[in-house]
Amino acid sequence: MEKTFNIKKFISNNAIIILIVLLAILTGLTTQNFFTTNNFKNLVVNVSPRFIIACGVSGCLITKGTDLSAGRAVGLAACLSAMLLQSIDYSARMLPWMPDIPWPVALIIVMVIMGFFGGINGVVVSILKVPPFIATLGMQTIIYGLCSLITNNQPMGGYKTSYLTVASGSIGPIPYLMIFAVVIGAYFWFLYNKTRHGKYMYAIGGNESAAQVAGVNVRGSLIRIYILAGCMYALAGFLVGAKAGGASTATGNGYELEAIAACTIGGVSANGGVGRVGGILIGVLVFEILKICLQFLGVDPAYTYIAQGLVIVIAVALDLRKYLQKK
Amino acid sequence: MSEYRLEMHDVVKTFPGVKALNGAQLNLRPGTVHALMGENGAGKSTLMKCMFGIYHMDEGEVIYEGEKVQIKGPLDALNRGIAMVHQELQPIPERSIGENIYVGRYPVKKLGPVTVIDHDKMYEDAARVLEEVHLNFDPRAKLGSLSVSQMQLVEIAKAVSADCKVLILDEPTSSLTSAEVEALFTIINELRGKGVSIVYISHKMDEILRISDEVTIMRDGQYIGTWSAKELTTDFIITKMVGRELSELYPVRENVPGEVVFEVEDFTSINPKSFRHVSFQLRKGEILGVAGLVGAQRTELMEGLFGLRSHTAGRITYKGQEIRINQPKDAINNGIAMLTEDRRATGILGVLSIADNVSIASLNQYLIGGFMLNDSKIEKLVQENVAKLSIKTPSSKTQIQSLSGGNQQKVLISRWLANSPDVFIMDEPTRGIDVGAKYEIYCIIAEMAKQGKSIIMISSEMSELIGMSDRIMVMCDGRMTGFIDGNEANQENIMALATRFE
Repeated sequence: MEKTFNIKKFISNNAIIILIVLLAILTGLTTQNFFTTNNFKNLVVNVSPRFIIACGVSGCLITKGTDLSAGRAVGLAACLSAMLLQSIDYSARMLPWMPDIPWPVALIIVMVIMGFFGGINGVVVSILKVPPFIATLGMQTIIYGLCSLITNNQPMGGYKTSYLTVASGSIGPIPYLMIFAVVIGAYFWFLYNKTRHGKYMYAIGGNESAAQVAGVNVRGSLIRIYILAGCMYALAGFLVGAKAGGASTATGNGYELEAIAACTIGGVSANGGVGRVGGILIGVLVFEILKICLQFLGVDPAYTYIAQGLVIVIAVALDLRKYLQKK
Repeated sequence: MSEYRLEMHDVVKTFPGVKALNGAQLNLRPGTVHALMGENGAGKSTLMKCMFGIYHMDEGEVIYEGEKVQIKGPLDALNRGIAMVHQELQPIPERSIGENIYVGRYPVKKLGPVTVIDHDKMYEDAARVLEEVHLNFDPRAKLGSLSVSQMQLVEIAKAVSADCKVLILDEPTSSLTSAEVEALFTIINELRGKGVSIVYISHKMDEILRISDEVTIMRDGQYIGTWSAKELTTDFIITKMVGRELSELYPVRENVPGEVVFEVEDFTSINPKSFRHVSFQLRKGEILGVAGLVGAQRTELMEGLFGLRSHTAGRITYKGQEIRINQPKDAINNGIAMLTEDRRATGILGVLSIADNVSIASLNQYLIGGFMLNDSKIEKLVQENVAKLSIKTPSSKTQIQSLSGGNQQKVLISRWLANSPDVFIMDEPTRGIDVGAKYEIYCIIAEMAKQGKSIIMISSEMSELIGMSDRIMVMCDGRMTGFIDGNEANQENIMALATRFE
């Protein structure tokens, strides 16, 4: 008796995950080449940058904010990386005077620049008290404008090999991209669970006024959260650019909504104070597995969008149901 | 026709993990005020929410005017003539008073083929209803322009406007001044005269004994009994509510006030209507009560001292040194703690665990290598406090919002004790807490004072101030109007100072 009850509960609590696993099994059984290392690699390579973006935006969501500038920030980061890392002998270099620099140096430069934009978001949200939705909507547009400006709206390519290898290379069967994602995931897990910063973040999301009374530096914490988010968009943009072998102003368009959706599916509450790194990973996986499955099943991409939209709404509805039942 | 207007029998309501109601009952006669009493968590509000259709009961029946009924929801209840004024207001401050009264059941008219809201009728009706309850507000004014207590009276007007036969008042006076309480009682008496059955939930004994005809007492979701209010005494009610004898209302205090540790001089707010030119001294191991009417700016003063509000002038001296406090962190670093008045708004981190709530103000003490939190040390702190303050919780991972008010308050006290503060400001430390837990909080306060901590306690309960304070500072309209020694304090001399308007 007790056991059947638990199974029911398990199913209702994990409905979306179970559905996605079933969908994956179905796809695997009905199509060829689904359960292959190649396809797995493909999944990992798609999931990694999205997971990094979702980690970045999660802090904003947990503190009852949001970051609509994420996608465009990824785009700008990809373009900046492109400008810094085009190969010396490429004829159409955006910055002909640019010396040859190692990719880690470029990555750090891009992270500093994007962290600066994130910091501005943080200041506008925490000190000027502009609602995050509006503040980051403005930043989204500004970043897009800046990106168009510096790239002259020209797509860029001609990357040096070492930069391309960041995305294409692997240690044995493990793509470099996955290593980046694992390191970032571990970093965020540590940050959220084992540090003051994490505890303060959850406290601000749970009740900002109460956190302030308890001596939490609310402004400082929020600014740090948005700076860190900016740095994550930088890393993701850097990786996305390497993966695509090129970048343009269109790069990253819409990624913010995917990331927010993935976080929400993964149990990051829009009411603040709740959200775990494991959940975020699941959210991203659900999304990407769904895409790959539908692609394998030969579903029209238009339907894929519809399916993604449904998954977002259903996942959140199911998640909220857990709380409503308690009433 | 039965002698009762509404009967509830053998009500059972279970929430995951808790049996909130287990054989509860209530019998309401027409034209009476029926007090419903019990400690927090006894199931009073739950029972009322079942009556009002917010919750659906698992077992039990409701008989309304002789018929067995099923109340499907609040709208169904209102249509049957059952109205409820909630403990926690749910106002829409940005809309007008009239709209707030008629929200959900706006009067409508036909404008050609379209049905539109009849604003003129709504405001006329609203004006009439407000007049009926002796409120002199413009129904077109924004609700947000009223004070919290005025909003509460508007809520009551809203209930009255439904022409109700049963009116549930869930802690209606918790934010009212004594004059407003009188106004409310006049309204209640008039409604009783018209034959309305009123359910009155309150923790305030004197009110209950004054206004009610009958009293039903509940404990742990169960029905204990119903008595005529005339035959009841405060002691009897408390004994029935708690289920044991409470020999004393306040613990014996063994604290001995020592030298002055904390001194405030000429403290003045940036808001000219708020606190000004306040000076006082606080001794080691002293409990300083702060009395005053609503609007005396006591909370504002304490929030100013704690860095939550800005001040223009004033000196704070702590252990002989002048300190500056511009934000809570400054106060905390100087060994000051503050339990705020509104536990839900500025105290608890609702969705977070007990452990997070206890440790949030003292995380700096549990760092390994300056950056990593020592979970086992935090858990030890939590367990110590759970045991020391006898916090009733299933585990340290439980969300604080699922605890009762008294236990939440104890968690918040532990939060501050973890910083070992020397000055502890407590703003209404026992508000909304049941009798048994109140006594425990008093014991904690007395124990802290005995250990040499200095306590500032704001309270609106006279008996609490008199029973717990070594000295009482009285405020009126932002000014400090005098001090009274705890032994000499009584209702009269406190009120005399509290009403010394300029």
